[in-house]
Amino acid sequence: MSGANRIKGKGRLTPARTVRFSFDNQVLTAVEGDTLASALLANGVHLTGRSFKYHRPRGMLSAGPEEPNALMDVGRDAVRRTPNIRATVQEVYDGMRARSQNRWPSLAFDVGGLNNLASPFFAAGFYYKTFMWPKAAWKKIYEPVIRAAAGLGVAPTEPDPDHYANHFAHCDVLVIGGGAAGLSAALAAAHAGAEVILCDEQAETGGAFHHETDAKVDGRPGWEWAQAVTAELRAMDNVRVLTRTTAFGYQAQNHVGLVERVTEHLANPDPSLPRERLWQVRAKRVVIATGAIERHMVFANNDRPGIMLASAARTYLNHFGVAVGAKVGVYTACDSAWNAAFDLKQAGVSVPAIVDVRPDPDPELVARAKELGIEVFAGQAVLDTSGKLRVKSMKVGKSSGGSTRDISIDALIMSAGWTPSVHMYSQSRGKVVWDEASQRFLPGRNVQDCVSVGACNGVDDLREAVADAAKAGHDAAIAAGISAGAAWTAPEAETGTSWAGSMMGSAAGAGTNTTVKAFVDFQNDVTAKDIRLAVREGMHSIEHVKRFTTNGMATDQGKTSNIHGLAIAAEMLDKPLPQVGLTTFRSPYTPVTFGAIVNHSRGDLFDPTRRTPMHGWEEAHGAVFEDVGQWKRAWYYPRAGEDMHEAVNRECRTVREVAGMFDASTLGKIEVVGPDAARFLNLMYTNGWDKLQPGRCKYGIMLREDGFIYDDGVVGRLAEDRFHVTTTTGGAPRVMHHMEDYLQTEFPDLKVWLTSTTEQWAVIAVQGPKAREIIAPLVEGIDLSNDAMPHMSVREGKICGVPTRLFRMSFTGEAGYEVNVPADYGEAVWKALWERAEPLGACAYGTETMHVLRAEKGYIIVGQDTDGTVTPDDAGLNWAVARKKSDFVGIRGMKRPDLVASGRKQLVGLTTKDPNIVLEEGAQIVADPNQTVPMKMIGHVTSAYWSENCGRSIAMGLVIDGRSINGKTLYVPMPDKTIEVEVTDTVFVDKEGVRLNG
Amino acid sequence: MLLIHCPYCQEERPELEFRNAGEAHIERPKDIAAISDEEFEKFFFIRSNPKGVAYERWRHIHGCARFFNAVRDTVSDRFVTTYKAGEPRVEVVRGEDGALQVKGAAQ
Amino acid sequence: MADIAHATRTEALAGRAGGAAGVTLTPARPANRVSLRAGSGEAKSLSDALGHELPLSPKTSVSNGKGRIAAWLGPDEWLIIDETGDPLEELGKAEVLHSAVDVSHRNTAILVSGTGARATLECGCPQNLSDRVFPVGSATRTVMGKIEVVILRTGENDYRVECWRSFSDYSFALLSEAAKDCLA
Repeated sequence: MSGANRIKGKGRLTPARTVRFSFDNQVLTAVEGDTLASALLANGVHLTGRSFKYHRPRGMLSAGPEEPNALMDVGRDAVRRTPNIRATVQEVYDGMRARSQNRWPSLAFDVGGLNNLASPFFAAGFYYKTFMWPKAAWKKIYEPVIRAAAGLGVAPTEPDPDHYANHFAHCDVLVIGGGAAGLSAALAAAHAGAEVILCDEQAETGGAFHHETDAKVDGRPGWEWAQAVTAELRAMDNVRVLTRTTAFGYQAQNHVGLVERVTEHLANPDPSLPRERLWQVRAKRVVIATGAIERHMVFANNDRPGIMLASAARTYLNHFGVAVGAKVGVYTACDSAWNAAFDLKQAGVSVPAIVDVRPDPDPELVARAKELGIEVFAGQAVLDTSGKLRVKSMKVGKSSGGSTRDISIDALIMSAGWTPSVHMYSQSRGKVVWDEASQRFLPGRNVQDCVSVGACNGVDDLREAVADAAKAGHDAAIAAGISAGAAWTAPEAETGTSWAGSMMGSAAGAGTNTTVKAFVDFQNDVTAKDIRLAVREGMHSIEHVKRFTTNGMATDQGKTSNIHGLAIAAEMLDKPLPQVGLTTFRSPYTPVTFGAIVNHSRGDLFDPTRRTPMHGWEEAHGAVFEDVGQWKRAWYYPRAGEDMHEAVNRECRTVREVAGMFDASTLGKIEVVGPDAARFLNLMYTNGWDKLQPGRCKYGIMLREDGFIYDDGVVGRLAEDRFHVTTTTGGAPRVMHHMEDYLQTEFPDLKVWLTSTTEQWAVIAVQGPKAREIIAPLVEGIDLSNDAMPHMSVREGKICGVPTRLFRMSFTGEAGYEVNVPADYGEAVWKALWERAEPLGACAYGTETMHVLRAEKGYIIVGQDTDGTVTPDDAGLNWAVARKKSDFVGIRGMKRPDLVASGRKQLVGLTTKDPNIVLEEGAQIVADPNQTVPMKMIGHVTSAYWSENCGRSIAMGLVIDGRSINGKTLYVPMPDKTIEVEVTDTVFVDKEGVRLNG
Repeated sequence: MLLIHCPYCQEERPELEFRNAGEAHIERPKDIAAISDEEFEKFFFIRSNPKGVAYERWRHIHGCARFFNAVRDTVSDRFVTTYKAGEPRVEVVRGEDGALQVKGAAQ
Repeated sequence: MADIAHATRTEALAGRAGGAAGVTLTPARPANRVSLRAGSGEAKSLSDALGHELPLSPKTSVSNGKGRIAAWLGPDEWLIIDETGDPLEELGKAEVLHSAVDVSHRNTAILVSGTGARATLECGCPQNLSDRVFPVGSATRTVMGKIEVVILRTGENDYRVECWRSFSDYSFALLSEAAKDCLA
């Protein structure tokens, strides 16, 4: 037997299919299809957790996603464990481990329960008021204590071993909710020929038919009808039915996020299945059929385990075959709780009393109760309850006073009526409107292409709901552009359950004194008196009341509490309820895992890793890589026994003495083609390009319109109308975007096109005295002699039998080449070059050596020596700014008063007095080290390295009026010492530049 | 995620393919080198940032790669219309229902 | 110089194979590719030079069934893919204003085939790929996860996903992961 409270013959589960699970290490038996909540109730467990603030014992309130109390830590093993799972939603599977939360040392005896006794001190706003003084205590005492006590579950620390999937889906009609209305809408839309997606958060469709067994549709019991319609929908090619799938976010233009729980109900899921699937649906029309959520009654001690919503008790009975108690009391303001009572009584459960706050409930219901032997207390209230870990009795009487009766019970079911679930509508940016007649908020004008149907639209009558919904589904298909197929009629429905009657706010028994705990928001432990206090303290807007009390701010977003809180505030303010206003519902409707949101983007797929064509060779030759944006670049190539410093020193020396090979493939490349190519480059770069002959190249500087350096690179002219532009590695995409922007929108008449060729070409820099000797034998059709191909020239020919664009250029100060070959040939050409280079004593070098060698020559790196506020003049690059041009991007910006004034930081060289000290990049520079702190900072170090070739450290920095103080001593204060430096020019090696032409 | 009608691709495409490129209809002065500091300030630094009707530039960067203009209601986030770069500013009016529409367009 | 050995080609996805029930992932064979730019007014002359029609409607392509496809990528932009011939050389003969740039090695491609092919792509591509709006012959530049791709629908259940060379690792890995869930 799967629990003593399972009633034979009741419910829709198959008793023989049992599964075993544990709760707080106690092994229990459940039936396949149980939720954790129904399984626990079947085993007589009501106590499932401790409340957030007062640590009061709590049990299941609901049987659905609105659950504020029964939050548990659920998992299959130590790693697959999720905190704050709602037991009322989570299905049980064999081997599941569930643990209660927020209790210590045990659920039944919890030390934190002392908060309950101290509760007069924990009223709303307590935290805001109490921990103000002394200030120093906040960080050391208050915050650590509060943090330790705060929060519900405990997040796992291990990486999530499961995987998650994403699907973009497009459809004509998305139906949210698979109850009677949603099924009717989906069926009508599907019959019209629309592509339909129907989602429902529960394991099975059917919505309210989970509890309402007295409804009929098309002559069949509601549940049977729902399952038959679902089967019909599943069989249609144009329909996708997603169960266990929550629509959690309604975004712009009918973009709706759904999360499908794929394996969380399976004992042994196929490991290839994702744990959850994120569906990003784009629907032409959305039909919202999200139903309604029952409210609890607000009265003294309404939170004891065993006290729950009437519809929940009815669901446990009629769907799961579980009686929530042996003696069940009823407290209601709504008809539907009576039907729950009748169902329980007929199933053999004792129902001693129905207490209805209404003085004259429907005589038919009263007669029926009498017939079943249930005592009726009309116009009376439950004034209090007793019972420590489970409700034991309820005190019934008139709110006006007089005699009371204590009735012994072990469960109490309640209903204050139904709140339409307008969450999705509200998320779609629709504004709810107050319906005076039915006293509730309903969807108003539709802001997006959507429609609300059924109970969420305030249509409580089943007959009307299915008829409306079917029409809405059909209309949605037509609005989505479907020329409707076969005519189709709405289902005919009848129900035996009335949803009439409701109340909002505190019922009799909630009291007006300050000691009674009548809970409004169970999850955040907000009571009716807290809300009254908030109003008394001056919170007159519901937004303020909400934040002061935290009502509705828990993870359940106040699904059961918002309306009660609003009504109590309105009563206190003596204002009509709609004038106090309703807070806006936000996405997500229920909590969504990070896994589902991140889905595929984990591990290697978190961000693309880009590798150059020569990566494999580099790896095989021991390269250490550094991340440059998404690229992996060879940083240095340590030999056995070498550390980074030694490897870089060797590489630096070797390049200047012999030669080195460097993978420059990541450099951005843009092919600029067209008769106006030179004119366009004149506008994009500070330099002039008209006079550059085909076959020659030139260093170019690109500014933004504000006059600051944006990018730089060498540009080669291949033909009159064709340029090969290079950009920095990191700048490639933005430079392309920047150039396209100007070309398309400011200079659209220019006959020129831009094509990114970054990845077309593998680039092998061969630099050093023996560079020519290395490449020469492999090159065909190009005269490499100094006269024929001087520094800064480009030729097209062949190398190793494949096409090359061969640049003679240098970022090292040595004579050298940059060999461009089609990317797939990069590795082979590199290997061929290496076979020549290695015997000559050359080396492969990485980005660190590249940085040192360029710094020795004073070549800047955009983004390192510049930071977006550096002009060409600041960087000492005025020589690259054409004087005669009347226009280029940045021409006006760089003449702004602040950019031409004195006192700007200028790029200079810096040498430490102690040649062995290498400055720290980013370190601040001062003129007087003995001034008081805070010192006046006059500059900072941008690049600093040990230069093996100079036998000392070298650096560059930006210093105020730096070029005018050449030779002066400045200071770099560091935490442990102050470093003396001398201002120099920026070239440390081969100041005359003769080596380039070697 | 918005859907944006690309005037070149002639259909609505997901926002992920697009990149916003700031305010539209700010023309770079033809004689930019000669303009005053005040004119440069107005051209380069000052943006309208309106509540309501916003003229924006977008680029279908992961689609046809074209820049184009859009009119969007910054209150509702809705696009009123999009049109090709270089075309004149499209005037819009706010209808009785509060929604923006292209001036003169059929209801 | 006759002794210079011809460099061998190393394809980015050489030797890779992937897929799952419902879909196979295969690196495409090397191809010649040209990024062709020209005003639509020049399309006729360029089509003549290529002996292959350039499509003029957004999101379409023209295939000659013999390994050459021209895809419309923008109002003045086509991607020409050719597994045998050399479109760049043919375009060299065209005398109208245009830009033709060799991107043969810039791009690489993955062939995605099978009943689950569309669902595989839908893991990372936000565009509507349904028959109604993306029929056989459609071609588009778009996004796939975190990268830009060009998707060509070459058959009922056949797609070609072009991406830049260094993104092919990511692309193949993402599609492989998505393939596992393509029958969802």
